Order: sequence, then structure tokens, then C-alpha cells
Amino acid sequence: MFEIGLAHYLSVAAVLFALGIFGIFLNRKNVIVILMSVELMLLAVNINLVAFSTHMNDLVGQVFALFVLTVAAAEAAIGLAILVVYFRNRGSIAVEDINVMKG
Amino acid sequence: MPIAEVPNLIPALPEIFMVTVAMALLMLGVFQREGDGAATVQTARWISYLGAITLMLALLLLLTVAGGRLVGFSGLFVSDSFAVFFKTLVLIGAAMAIVLSPAYLEHQGIARFEYVVLILFATTGMMVMISANDLISLYLGLEIQSLSLYVIAAFQRDDIRSAEAGLKYFVLGALASGMLLYGSSLVYGFAGTTNFDALAAVFHAGEGNAPALGVIVGIVFILAGMAFKVSAAPFHMWTPDVYEGAPTPFTAFFSVAPKIAALALLVRIMIGPFGELVDQWRQIVMFLSIASMVLGAFAAINQRNIKRMMAYSSIGHVGYALIGLAVGTEAGVQGIMVYMAIYLFMNLGAFACILGMRRGERMLENIGDLAGLSRTHPMLALAMAIFMFSMAGIPPLAGFFGKFYIFLAAIEAELYALAVIGVLASVVAAFYYLRIVKIMYFDQPAEPLNRPIGREIAAVLLASSLIIVFFFAYPAPILAAAAAASATLF
Repeated sequence: MFEIGLAHYLSVAAVLFALGIFGIFLNRKNVIVILMSVELMLLAVNINLVAFSTHMNDLVGQVFALFVLTVAAAEAAIGLAILVVYFRNRGSIAVEDINVMKG
Repeated sequence: MPIAEVPNLIPALPEIFMVTVAMALLMLGVFQREGDGAATVQTARWISYLGAITLMLALLLLLTVAGGRLVGFSGLFVSDSFAVFFKTLVLIGAAMAIVLSPAYLEHQGIARFEYVVLILFATTGMMVMISANDLISLYLGLEIQSLSLYVIAAFQRDDIRSAEAGLKYFVLGALASGMLLYGSSLVYGFAGTTNFDALAAVFHAGEGNAPALGVIVGIVFILAGMAFKVSAAPFHMWTPDVYEGAPTPFTAFFSVAPKIAALALLVRIMIGPFGELVDQWRQIVMFLSIASMVLGAFAAINQRNIKRMMAYSSIGHVGYALIGLAVGTEAGVQGIMVYMAIYLFMNLGAFACILGMRRGERMLENIGDLAGLSRTHPMLALAMAIFMFSMAGIPPLAGFFGKFYIFLAAIEAELYALAVIGVLASVVAAFYYLRIVKIMYFDQPAEPLNRPIGREIAAVLLASSLIIVFFFAYPAPILAAAAAASATLF
């Protein structure tokens, strides 16, 4: 019988994490997509932590995952707030428009 | 029978004091009666004085409870002399940044009291980072700091550059936190614990055998995340934009406190739990160090905006400090501590000078605006020249000794390449520091800047230039404190 083991969870998490990173760097459209990619990265970490925690019978990983969830919520709130401030000034949230400063 | 024991709160007393007062100040500010603009400005001013006093009281509290190695919260939090040294630097940096702020913010019309609360929260986060003894407290401290800093960067919310600085800082900071966290999860999974002492024990027991591949990958991710936070090349992209866009007093804050805290955390985690694996991470740190020194030296040459130039200069300084970490010995760590102590005062002083650059109603940020400063503002020009000479590492100013101890540690550890590249990079960097001195002293004066520059700026300038000039006469306190503190890590 085929069993789903630690390696499968880690693979899913690694793929999600890579998607998150690529989402941040390859995305040329919209800052909201970047925020979603950041969430994706944090969720990948949570999968990792919970998988390790169950695998080792150690609760620390799940406690860690709860902290990550909390901080991720705060981070999303602050990110959206800054995005609103930016939109009021620039009238756009396209990634290619974020170029007032460079060099 | 009690369900849970009361944790030992004594080691974290300064932090607890800081968050309590920060929330009290928030309440005080929020419940002020709605008034006209003048009332808001007045509130902001006295709350910022209270904030600076809070930081000083926290420093007092820190030095009172300090002594030996205090562990609290079931091993999540540690207060040793290493932590006390770096927390002292962070608290001084934050207090000076708050002192410098009100005048600037009032001129820009953004004098709102919230920045004090944000700086207090950010400083608390930095203190938790410095005291972290577990991957969980490391992450929480880092996020308390970062989330406050993102908001501080975007504080001038009607200014496009400030909003853009906040946005860039947020996106890249979140990416860095994600990488750091992914690394932490791998280290947790493959080493079986998140506690630094337990991790050190695990790696010590496995001495001789290479650690699991997962641990190595985890360390690389953690290093990449931390390199973002200390803005080491090639993870520095956010630094120039954030420094340029953020309001100047907050740039001064960014350039000292978070950097010092992140560097302390980097040293603690690399030397402590991963100290046994030094051969695995030394090359990465060497690469970060060399890349930062070279980039800091060459990229700053073409900058016209002085805040941008300071950003590249701070990237370079991080490169020098990382030499000490690559060495990985007690002398190297002591070098980092002395370097950061001196860097704190050099940078605060230089930013105080930048805050003095005002003509009429406008803040000036171009290096060319300094032309002929020696004739219109001889004292300001003298102070700026002192800081620039010190950053270039010219004896007998303090900056020279910072570099000296770092390079000495590198040579003792036979890392000659690092030392040689460091010296060459500082020669290149001396070009743009000395160019500022040349512009101030030999170029034809432009329109004069406003006088007077303001009491707070003058006070910060005086204090930091005295420390920089007279460090060579009496370096013993800082050297002894750094030696004692670095010994606790080994």
C-alpha cells in the first residue's frame, strides 16, 4: 500500500516555497500577487514545521507554526496598509511603476 | 497545584518595561483631545521626549539586571554580557534617533506621535532578537522589529518616495523572513530542536561527521535571510531605496539600530548553535563580506544623493564587520563589537550633519549642496569632515581602530585574502569620503544653508564627534566590554 511519508510533505512544501519565490521575482503585474506569494512561502514553512513535528512526535514545531500564522496575519495587514498608502500617492500598484527611486 | 509555573521574567525586564511604556504612550497620544495642528505638534514633541527618556530608563534597567548568564522563558530568552553590549548600542541609537526627529518632522509637517511608539516597538523587537536563544524567539523578535520598521519607512505617507520605500522594504523584508523561516524549519526538522543550546549540543555530539544535508541547506537559507536584514551584498537591493525614501531621522535609525541588532543575531546564531559547523558556512560569510566591501566601495562613487551614498557606505561597513564573523574566533567577534560601537556614533553623527542641511523650507540631499560649507558653517563642516575621515579609516580617529581590530583578527586567523581585499576596498571607499571633505572645503560656496542648525542636532554632533576623536585616548572601556562579551559566546 502506498503511504504518504515525510518526504512527500517536504516535497510539497519545497515546491510551494519555490513557487512563492518565483512569484515574487517573475511577477511583472501587480503587487497584490507579491503579497500572495509571500503568504505562499509562509504556508510552505508551516507545512514543513507540522510535518516535522508529527514525524518526530515533538510539539515545538506546531507551536512554531501557530506563531508563524499569527505573524503572517499581522504582516499581511501591514503590507496591505502600505499598499493603500502607495496607491493613494501613485494611482497604480503595477510592479513596473514602482520606480521613482533607482540607481 | 499550579497549572503552569510563572516564568522567570527578570532577564526580560527591560523589554517588558519598554512594551508597557510604549502602549501607555500610545494611549496617551490617542486620548489627547483633538486640536488644531499646533496641539498635535505639541503632543508629538512631548511624547518623543518621553520616548527618549523611556529608552534611557530601559538602558538603566538593563544594566541593573545584567550579570552573568540569565536564561528565561524555558530557554527561549537569554541575557548575557554579549546581549547587554549590543542592547546598549541599540538603545543609544534609538534614543538619539528620537532626539533628532521632532525638528525634522515638524518642518515636513508630519509631526505625529505614532513614530515614537513604533520606534519603541522596533527597539523592543531588536532587543528580543539580540537575546534570542531559540529559533522561535529569533523569528518573533525579527518580526516585531521588521513590522514596525516597514511602517516607519512609509511614515511620510503623502510623499511618493516614502511610500515606495515602505513598499520595497516590506516586500523584500517579507521575502527575507520567509527564507529565514524556511531555513529554521529545515534546521528544526533535521536537528530535532529549535533551542540554540540544544542545537549546539546536537552538532557537538556529531563532531567529525558531516551534518545532515537538510541542516546545511537550512543554514544557507538562514544566512541568506539574515544577509537581507544586515543588508550585505548581494542581498542589499532594498537598502539604497529605503534609505533615500524614508524621512531622514528614520534613515539614521535604520542605518544603526536594526543593522547592529541583526548583526548581533547573526553572530550569536553562527557562533553559538552552528559554531561547530564553521567550515560549512565560513565560505558563504567570506563571500558576503567580500561582495559587500567591494560593492560598498564602488557603487557609492557615482551617487549624488547623500542618503544613497550613506546606504552604500553602510553596506561596505557591514562587509568589514562580516570579516570578523568569517574569522569566527573570539578576536573576530570582539572586532565586530568594537566596529559596531564605533559605527553607531560615526553614522549617527553623519546623519545629524545631513539633517543640518536645510535651505529655506527645503531639505537638501545632494552632495553638491555641501559646497563651501566650511565658510558658511565651519563647525558643521568640521564635524562632517571628522566623520568622513573616521569612516575612511584614517588614524587617529575611531574608525581606524574599528577596522584595525577586524583586520588584525583576520591576519591572526591567516585569512590574508580577506584582510587584503578589505584594505583595498577601504582605499577605494576613502575616495568618496574624501570627496565630500573636498567639496566642503575647496569648492565655491553655493547659497548658504539655514542657521542655526538646531539644538538637538548640535548636541548629537558634539557627543558623537567627541567620542570619535577621543576614542584613541581612552578606548579601554569599550575594548574591555567587547572582550568580556565576546568571551561569553565561546
